[in-house]
Amino acid sequence: MSKEVGTENRPDNTAFTQQRLPAWQPMLSAGIVIPGFVLIGLAFIGIGVALFVTSRNIQVLERDYTGVEKDSFCYGCSDLKVKNCKCNLNFTLDKLFEGPVFFYYGLSNYFQNYRQYGNSKDANQLSGDKEYFLEPDESCAPYERDGGVPIAPCGALPNSMFNDTFKLYQMVNGTRVEVPFDGKGISWWTDYNIKYRNPPGTPLKKAFEGTTKPPFWPRPAYELDTTDPSNNGFINQDFLVWMRRAALPDFRKLYRRITEGEYAKGLPAGKYTLVIGYNYPVRAFNGKKKVVFSNVSWMGGKNKFLGIAYLVIGSMCVVMSIVMLIVYAKFKFPDEE
Amino acid sequence: MSFFGLTWMRERERESERKLRANDREYNLAFKYATNGIKTSKYNFFTFLPLNLFEQFQRIANVYFLFLLLLQVIPQISSLSWFTTVVPLILVLAVTAAKDATDDINRHRNDNRVNNRKVQVLIDGKLCSERWMDVKVGDIIKLESNQFITADLLLLSSSEPLNLVYIETAELDGETNLKVRQALTVTGAMGDDISRLAGFNGEVICEAPNNRLDHFTGTLLFGDHKFSLDNGKILLRGCTLRNTHWCYGLVLFGGPETKLMQNCGKNIFKRTSIDHLMNVLVIFIFGVLALMCAVLAVGNWLWEINKGYRFTIFLPRQEDSNASLSAFLTFWSYVIILNTLVPISLYVSVEVIRLGNSFYIDWDRKMYDARSDTPAEARTTTLNEELGQVKYIFSDKTGTLTQNIMTFNKCTINGKTYGDVYNYSGQRQDVNEHTEVVDFSFNPLADTKFSFHDHSLVEDVKLGTPEVQGFFRLLALCHTVMAEEKNELAYQAQSPDEGALVTAARNFGFVFCSRTPESITIMEMGKQQRYELLAILDFNNVRKRMSVIVRSPGGRVSLYCKGADTVIFERLHPSCRNLMEVTTEHLNEFAGDGLRTLALAYKDVDEEFLSSWRQRHHEASTALEDREAKLELLFEEMETDLLLLGATAIEDKLQDGVPQTIEQLSKADIKMWVLTGDKQETAENIGYSCNLLREEMNEVFVISGNTPDEVREELRNAWTTMKPDKAEGMVFLPESLLSKRGSAIKDEVVTGEYGLVINGNSLAYALDDSMALDFLWTACMCQAVICCRVTPLQKAQVVELVKKYKKAVTLAIGDGANDVSMIKAAHIGVGISGQEGMQAVSSSDYSFAQFRFLQRLLLVHGRWSYLRMCKFLRYFFYKNFTFTFVHFWFAFFCGFSAQTVYDEWFITLYNLVYTALPVLGLSLFDQDVDDVWSFQYPQLYVPGQLNMYFSKTAFFKCALHSGFSSLVLFFIPYGAMSDTMRNDGKDLGDYQSFAVITQTCLLVTVCIQLSLEVAYWTTVNTIFVVGSLVMYFVVTFAMYSNGMFLLSPSSFSFIGTARNTLNQPNVWLTILLTSIMCVLPVLVYRFLTIQLWPTVNDKVMFKARQAKAAPPPLSRKARMRRGSSRRSGYAFSHAQGYGELVTSRRFLRRPTVSPSSGITPMKRSTTSFIPMGRSAGYSPTAGAHNTKVPDVEVTSLQMYRTT
Repeated sequence: MSKEVGTENRPDNTAFTQQRLPAWQPMLSAGIVIPGFVLIGLAFIGIGVALFVTSRNIQVLERDYTGVEKDSFCYGCSDLKVKNCKCNLNFTLDKLFEGPVFFYYGLSNYFQNYRQYGNSKDANQLSGDKEYFLEPDESCAPYERDGGVPIAPCGALPNSMFNDTFKLYQMVNGTRVEVPFDGKGISWWTDYNIKYRNPPGTPLKKAFEGTTKPPFWPRPAYELDTTDPSNNGFINQDFLVWMRRAALPDFRKLYRRITEGEYAKGLPAGKYTLVIGYNYPVRAFNGKKKVVFSNVSWMGGKNKFLGIAYLVIGSMCVVMSIVMLIVYAKFKFPDEE
Repeated sequence: MSFFGLTWMRERERESERKLRANDREYNLAFKYATNGIKTSKYNFFTFLPLNLFEQFQRIANVYFLFLLLLQVIPQISSLSWFTTVVPLILVLAVTAAKDATDDINRHRNDNRVNNRKVQVLIDGKLCSERWMDVKVGDIIKLESNQFITADLLLLSSSEPLNLVYIETAELDGETNLKVRQALTVTGAMGDDISRLAGFNGEVICEAPNNRLDHFTGTLLFGDHKFSLDNGKILLRGCTLRNTHWCYGLVLFGGPETKLMQNCGKNIFKRTSIDHLMNVLVIFIFGVLALMCAVLAVGNWLWEINKGYRFTIFLPRQEDSNASLSAFLTFWSYVIILNTLVPISLYVSVEVIRLGNSFYIDWDRKMYDARSDTPAEARTTTLNEELGQVKYIFSDKTGTLTQNIMTFNKCTINGKTYGDVYNYSGQRQDVNEHTEVVDFSFNPLADTKFSFHDHSLVEDVKLGTPEVQGFFRLLALCHTVMAEEKNELAYQAQSPDEGALVTAARNFGFVFCSRTPESITIMEMGKQQRYELLAILDFNNVRKRMSVIVRSPGGRVSLYCKGADTVIFERLHPSCRNLMEVTTEHLNEFAGDGLRTLALAYKDVDEEFLSSWRQRHHEASTALEDREAKLELLFEEMETDLLLLGATAIEDKLQDGVPQTIEQLSKADIKMWVLTGDKQETAENIGYSCNLLREEMNEVFVISGNTPDEVREELRNAWTTMKPDKAEGMVFLPESLLSKRGSAIKDEVVTGEYGLVINGNSLAYALDDSMALDFLWTACMCQAVICCRVTPLQKAQVVELVKKYKKAVTLAIGDGANDVSMIKAAHIGVGISGQEGMQAVSSSDYSFAQFRFLQRLLLVHGRWSYLRMCKFLRYFFYKNFTFTFVHFWFAFFCGFSAQTVYDEWFITLYNLVYTALPVLGLSLFDQDVDDVWSFQYPQLYVPGQLNMYFSKTAFFKCALHSGFSSLVLFFIPYGAMSDTMRNDGKDLGDYQSFAVITQTCLLVTVCIQLSLEVAYWTTVNTIFVVGSLVMYFVVTFAMYSNGMFLLSPSSFSFIGTARNTLNQPNVWLTILLTSIMCVLPVLVYRFLTIQLWPTVNDKVMFKARQAKAAPPPLSRKARMRRGSSRRSGYAFSHAQGYGELVTSRRFLRRPTVSPSSGITPMKRSTTSFIPMGRSAGYSPTAGAHNTKVPDVEVTSLQMYRTT
């Protein structure tokens, strides 16, 4: 025996290599699961009740104005041939519609989440990169160029921007008093400040030189808001709201807020007229248009679903905990060998 | 090296015969024979990248992802950006390439080590030390004792008389005995005369390289003569030179053309059953994928017809687009999106997990053998989980179960047993290392390595008790051992048993000193005595005994006989009846301890009778006809009326912990088959002593038929014994029917325990197609199966048979080259390492030094690996299906437009970053119960054998679970987000917010789900899980930050989404609701299952958690004592014909050193080899002088005589 048998090959004795790392070894024992279920159940019921009650207290006024039915107030406008059609939506509030009130338009059966539709824009162009004004991205096709002139903003998504207009009046002593709409800050801060930028150059019109407006738009981008010159181009609030495409085919988008003057506290009880400038065609694809007045709570807008879901799951937890208790008591884990 | 590689790779014409001339490199070079370098590596520096990539793209998964990548380039189809595929693909390719590179570097190292071994080559009349790889065909090389043979050589000359050399071929064919090779006289005459050797210009014409180990034909042209060459003159690479000072050989085949390398078939790439299952599942998943895409394509078609075409004013359309085209494109778009059903990272993760679990095996200190300083090694890193599913173990015996060391353990002399140790109160004690050993210092010739614990025996010897002295005298006289006296006395025993007995006698004062054909000299209690050897009545398998007739110095003629107790007892003098009964009792006791016994008897022979007998004996042994039978009769006549002396008990030393291991494994429902080249008695005996066969067994069937019909009959009998209630007609179904169906044979439930012993002859018939199923069926009903006298090929056949029909995982364990075939054939091959022969190890998948480590490998590492792998797969499929199915539901709401639900970055990073570490933590650290509990409850192993943790059913459960989760994950955010708004009045239902909400819900859900799977929460797990979630939020916020957007507006369009969404309370309420709702049903289901149908795991886990501390230590069972109904195998591992050899003069010339050699005898003892493993002789004399007398077979014996 010549070789001295050493121990140089002996593996290290560490908790890791020997798989002896200290560990917590939980187990689904009745002592944890059943009380856990009861606790979760109770907590969920609590949250559910809170959500449900909160949601109930939110006031929502929702009206369809597509004008499909003959007796609908916008029936006359739903025909696409009628230009600059206006229709009036009259409604009465029995009590104060607490403010701040948010005014939304809603579209149904409208597939803003269609992939090609959503991709049909040029992110670089919209971020104000001049280079892409004259060479819009291919993804904008077929709204890439109009008669050879590049479109700004290009693509189907901007092109299809919602263009109905709304004005709200309160009938006070027989006269129509316009309820002031606040159109500022209805889009995300990041969209307004970072994601979308107008091309450099003043006036804005000059910056858009060499491009043309999207074919469906009545006016070019730099003239979107005739009342407020700063609310034009790619940072027009309505444009921003539209560009934040919806996840589902039924969606609503914030149009205006009612935060000013005597309406800051909400819409007082009374009669109101909403004058709708009906421009946006939806009947071709069985779409629906609606307007929504709503206020919000800490948890956002009215949504029964969440509260009910919490309540249902909470109570199911409690029921299951009882079932499990019975099973446990009856068939208790056999503890023999 | 690369040069060899190139020549090897070049298409060479098939060589039909080989021509070469000794000492003529130029001449031989013309034939472009392979040189002696070997190359097992695959790549070199330059070929690595192209070759490796080429290989990797032969994998279907990689091709699939390449295909996806191509799809993504087409704008009409591309629903995901290219980076979602490219990033994972590159990562996967890189990881695999790194692994392949390390493997190949190891192979290069091994090649280099072998290729750089030095050997002495005769070049230009001088012996130069050359590297192996530089040895060329036609070179003459010099080898010395204990060197590996460099290449396939023609033996030219040797130091030993008659130009003999002794080689050990265990590496090659697994036969343990030394073999003899002999050079031609004409070349042998050159001796070690360098000038003559250098001038040798013989030409050899021989067969082309082939893999037949036992065959060689060729001719040597030397001078004007032709000499025929056969296998007996060839030394093959892989053998080792033994007991030969030096020899010269002419290189015939080198490197890859040697028979050894030709036999190294390509290593079969082993795949685990999980791999196979996964392949099936992946195909199934492809089917589901196609189906889902088809459904969505149809949906798109319908949508286009019903809604899409009316929507064209707002949606962009190609001019000529129609619904069908759109549907077609949609199909491919969804193929891209839903590709996460078969994620590429699955394959990488599986490899990483296996690698990690392999490292645990390498690192395990409890599988480290301190004696040989050998840690366990996972040589294959792709089979781990299969270790948790083993159903059949095929084990070699010698060197695996046993140490191949025999020790004289006990004896009974004249009705008194010796060998047990009693304490003061008279109770028998177990012998261990601490037991006091007997001091043999009174005897200067005693072997120091021999140890005995019972003092009374040596006292009785000293007292001169005649029976005791007679007993040892017999042991010293009646054997065929050869003695060699150099510095000290050393024995060369043909069987280790005999060696042990003679050594025992030596230590007790009856030292066998030397023998001549006519005499035996022994030292009797310090006094030299010379006995005249009158006759050896040789051993054979029928006689089961051997005797010697000697005349003592005092002139008394005695016959000493030792043999199997049954045969001896038949021949005892009636006066021994009482003693016989007592001895029988003792023998039973020995047998109960698993010892091998021999009964000893003697008688005094009458001179007159002897002389007449010798006369007849002489006539008989020269008779031309019926010599055997005549001798047999004479022997019978002589061996009668014997007087019983006693019996010996020899322990065939088992490896440590073998019985316990086997017991554990059998508790784990693993069936153990021992496949051994040993004879039946030995194998059976070992079977008993290592707990494989048990006395409690209802019956142990012995199949030893010599014709197919006999074997069939015996098998049928065994069958009917086990299943008496079954009609025989039903028993054996027509084989053709079964084999065609190829279905797995179900295990028959048998009441009672049975064992089966079958010998090689019968096995040959039993393995025949017509009977294989009968055999398999019968064998599988038995708890233990022992196949003895099997050839390496048969070992592999048995394994293949079980593999083919049982559809169960097989493991083969062995230590020698004869086990290589079965190691390669079995699903998992385990080699016993730490010994000389590395052939088994190098073809094995796992190796360790001790058989007992097998239980840790299987019950701990295997079980954990399987558990982890299954948990991983279940969870992995769950998380990916859930991830993917959400897209499916979303499709119904987005006009089947292949719009993804999540952000593309999330899709890219989901598998690689967000969920990779937690699942890795799960599959590297998880354990249901720790190793101690695993040993305590070997039953925990059973679920693995039944594929319970991951199967098609489990897979479907995962898919269903995913379906549920994905529904929850889609519809709860859907419900919670639709028609509602943020608390600042802005709308919430935009796509990006929805994406962020859903993906956050998904990630939280899968993390919680993972947490439910984890049974063993280490800090690392916690860090991984929490860290991944944290990382998700960090990465998300970073990806959606202003800075990233400004870098590339089109790639990071989700700017601000995280900020604007995750500050909403109802978003968090949605996340909470979704994740809880996904998890709660699982909890209920699991809790109720545990309560109502607890599995063995649940029970043990529960127990372990309750106990908190370690379980009560495994009660080490005292040595299982066997009942006395069975007699142990007798200790004769002899070959027949040895007695004759011992008395032949020729043989006795061997130990004398030939005068022509210039090497002194001293040299021999210094160049001794270390006897280990199979090459080891019996232990007491195993030392510097251990040189094994060749276990000459009948054929080699003939060779002896004719020379």
